[in-house]
Amino acid sequence: MTGTTPGLRLPEADARVLARREEIIAALRAIVPGEGVIAHEREMRPYESDGLTAYRQLPLVVVLPSTTEQVAAVLKYCHDNEIRVVPRGSGTSLSGGSLPLQDAVLLGLGKFNRVLDIDTANRACVVQPGVTNLGISKAVDHLGFYYAPDPSSQIACSIGGNVGENSGGVHCLKYGLTTNNVLGVEMVLITGEIVRFGGKHLDAGGLDLLSVIIGSEGLLGVVTEVTVRLLKKPDTARAVLVGFPTSEDAGECVARIIGGGIIPAAIEMMDRDAIAAAEAFVNVGYPLDVEALLIVELDGPEAECAHLLEEVTRIAEGCNSVTLRVSTSEAERLGFWAGRKAAFPAVGRLSPDYLCMDGTIPRRQLPYVLSRMRELSVQYGLRVANVFHAGDGNLHPLILYDANAPGELEAAENFGADILRLCVEVGGVLTGEHGVGVEKRDLMPTMFNEVDLAQQLRLKCAFDDKSLLNPGKVFPTLHRCAEMGRMHVSGGALPFPDLPRF
Amino acid sequence: MSDIIAARDEQEVAEAARTALGAGKTLEVRGHGSQQALGRPSQTDLTLDLSALSGVTLYEPEELVLSARAGTPRADIEEMVAARGQMLAFEPMDTGPLLGGTAGRGTIGGMFAVNLAGPRRISHGAVRDHALGIKAVSGRGEPFKSGGRVVKNVTGYDLPRLMAGAFGTLCIATEITLKVLPRPLMEETVIARVASPAEAAAALSAAMGSSCEVSGAAFLPEGVAGRLPGLSGSPALVALRMEGVPPSVSARRAMLLKVLAGIGRAEVLETETSRPLWQAVRDVIPFAGAGERAVWRLSTQPKAGPELAATLAADLGGEAYCDWAGGLIWLCLPGEASHADDVRAALAPFGGHATLIRASAAERARTAVFQPLDGALAALTKRVKESFDPGLVLNPGRMHAGM
Repeated sequence: MTGTTPGLRLPEADARVLARREEIIAALRAIVPGEGVIAHEREMRPYESDGLTAYRQLPLVVVLPSTTEQVAAVLKYCHDNEIRVVPRGSGTSLSGGSLPLQDAVLLGLGKFNRVLDIDTANRACVVQPGVTNLGISKAVDHLGFYYAPDPSSQIACSIGGNVGENSGGVHCLKYGLTTNNVLGVEMVLITGEIVRFGGKHLDAGGLDLLSVIIGSEGLLGVVTEVTVRLLKKPDTARAVLVGFPTSEDAGECVARIIGGGIIPAAIEMMDRDAIAAAEAFVNVGYPLDVEALLIVELDGPEAECAHLLEEVTRIAEGCNSVTLRVSTSEAERLGFWAGRKAAFPAVGRLSPDYLCMDGTIPRRQLPYVLSRMRELSVQYGLRVANVFHAGDGNLHPLILYDANAPGELEAAENFGADILRLCVEVGGVLTGEHGVGVEKRDLMPTMFNEVDLAQQLRLKCAFDDKSLLNPGKVFPTLHRCAEMGRMHVSGGALPFPDLPRF
Repeated sequence: MSDIIAARDEQEVAEAARTALGAGKTLEVRGHGSQQALGRPSQTDLTLDLSALSGVTLYEPEELVLSARAGTPRADIEEMVAARGQMLAFEPMDTGPLLGGTAGRGTIGGMFAVNLAGPRRISHGAVRDHALGIKAVSGRGEPFKSGGRVVKNVTGYDLPRLMAGAFGTLCIATEITLKVLPRPLMEETVIARVASPAEAAAALSAAMGSSCEVSGAAFLPEGVAGRLPGLSGSPALVALRMEGVPPSVSARRAMLLKVLAGIGRAEVLETETSRPLWQAVRDVIPFAGAGERAVWRLSTQPKAGPELAATLAADLGGEAYCDWAGGLIWLCLPGEASHADDVRAALAPFGGHATLIRASAAERARTAVFQPLDGALAALTKRVKESFDPGLVLNPGRMHAGM
């Protein structure tokens, strides 16, 4: 039952738990009968990895409960017996958030796949956590409503996973992230207690614990029900595709649009390599002789879209745009997006493997960050293509490498870490929407000092006193909660001790 | 009267917290003191005055972000961003008039601590939705930070949002980073007469379920409506606000009038009449300056709001109106008694929470001001409080007894 996690240190497996495997499986089968417990190695194989495929590890056992009561009983059993638990939705995490552990129960929520209540009078929808992001919008489409956050994996990723990661998407500039669109959850604590946070009403009557549950990467509890906010679908959506001779010009255009009081539904940017890859893949007429391409989408009443498109066009022309196309049909608008949405697989065709990074920077730092990235590309001898949620500063550099070439994965990972350090250096953050997981775990000290991290760990302990939920994710070092009362993380124990902390 | 410690920087805040912790004393955190009458009455050993911890440290309009020290006057910030055509989109309530104080006071830290968003909550979110980062001092006296200055950030737990609405019970925020947004060029409000609370609920729901992008939606019963600017002598009505660029607002107004066609007679208020109306709805002006009369704020599912408001008002002999498309009820009772059990029992079938916003100190001392927490949630809340403030130094008992 070994795994492949090159360069990644996972928490040491608890030998006592490994020794009790058969007993644990039997106990779990008593809670979740039938096919809900998967213990055979071959059948556990599909669960050994998530969207971060560089790392693989078989779990102790896979459990697929189908009721909240089963989840509660499983967690209570694990808590009583000090067994670690890794929660999993659809397994699309790009940061290894649901990477199994050898001594941990992998708790899959895939059977929680029902839409429970569509309530358009309250603009709310109650779903189980295994429903896909797109599944919610599809369930309410006939009523003219939708769920706004749209991560690019929305066809597969589950709403429970979205809650865990506080997922974004291309439209969060105007419509916000998961945290701005989830009204309530039912969550099972590691003790097996079932607690409700929020509901169809707004804001909290006490501490707003929902706000830390969203984005907690499965470290605080297991969500078994989600109430989301529904929005009426906009009447019209139109997009404009603008090419620029330099990324500085494109960046200036974005700043002037927003500074001019316009909040488009989305502003996406691609660099020359990403444009070329996307165009070669889907052939939608992207200009190939520009350094940067913007897709600006406006939505709302037709009169508003027409008015704002004129404004955006005028601003773009004032920023040295060299090509500019306004969509005149829905097919053309979708064509503009087809290239952007295919950017990852398109880049994937250029190279056997690629690493998708996810940092956020203050927008005006973009030209500087791009030029530093070009230098790093030369230094590491690896190519990088960039797609960028330009409206909100969320950068997705795609580092191209070949896992079969000796040393390339390590070089790609180091290149990626340098990019994220650069994001922090210019006032940004390590992750905008993919989560910390295992991937960026050891970089946390570049953003947070010991006291900052200790405070976060103490909050974790308030939810999970034995540190059993998803250990080895988010935080660079494991600590027993009992130590936390007096804890001062020793500086020397942290990775990257040479990095500046602020 | 407790001893007052004034802190001018993070270091002095940390020293004050450490001193209090070391001496086993409790600390009330205060900015302008304009919201002192919110929450359970606190009797602390020391008062930490943050009014000198003031100043905007970052404002980049093109990046839609600002950072300010906790004691910075909220009015100064609103003026500063308005000068650049921007706003705090959550429309923070000015609690001065309702609590019997003056309008225009209060700090950014106080605004953050109470998370009282105005009418635009339904379209743009609350204070917590615009909180990007904080610098703070824990009850251990340790300065820490969380979040950042960018909107898209999932690096670590989202502590800034947790701190919004925590009434200073978890930590002492020293600097807050907020998202700002462009201020709409114009607005219009459509008001339509309604014959009953049920008809109001139907009208609000129809408007919110349309593409009109309504950014303010209130149910104003007769009596309440008459005490709002621009509506004197009005019968019961619903008010629906649309904001944006002129071509958009006029298109949406036409759309909304069609949506409301089957309801009552509608009329349109232009920007100059609309703005003061929504400010008065936000600040609960109809119930301002009413002496000792208790005022509740209830958040519930929007559809249930208008009828629940009417029932509560009738049963308890008070007055009520709804904001947030029905989801927010302001209830003013005839006397000092808060009737907490009756209010919460009426709310229970619909879900949500009720907070006693205004009452005498004696009434707030004997009543659960915040929605009581049950078993597991109460225990979890206490553990979270202690994870930030193990010595229960910061605003102890301000939200819940014993924590």
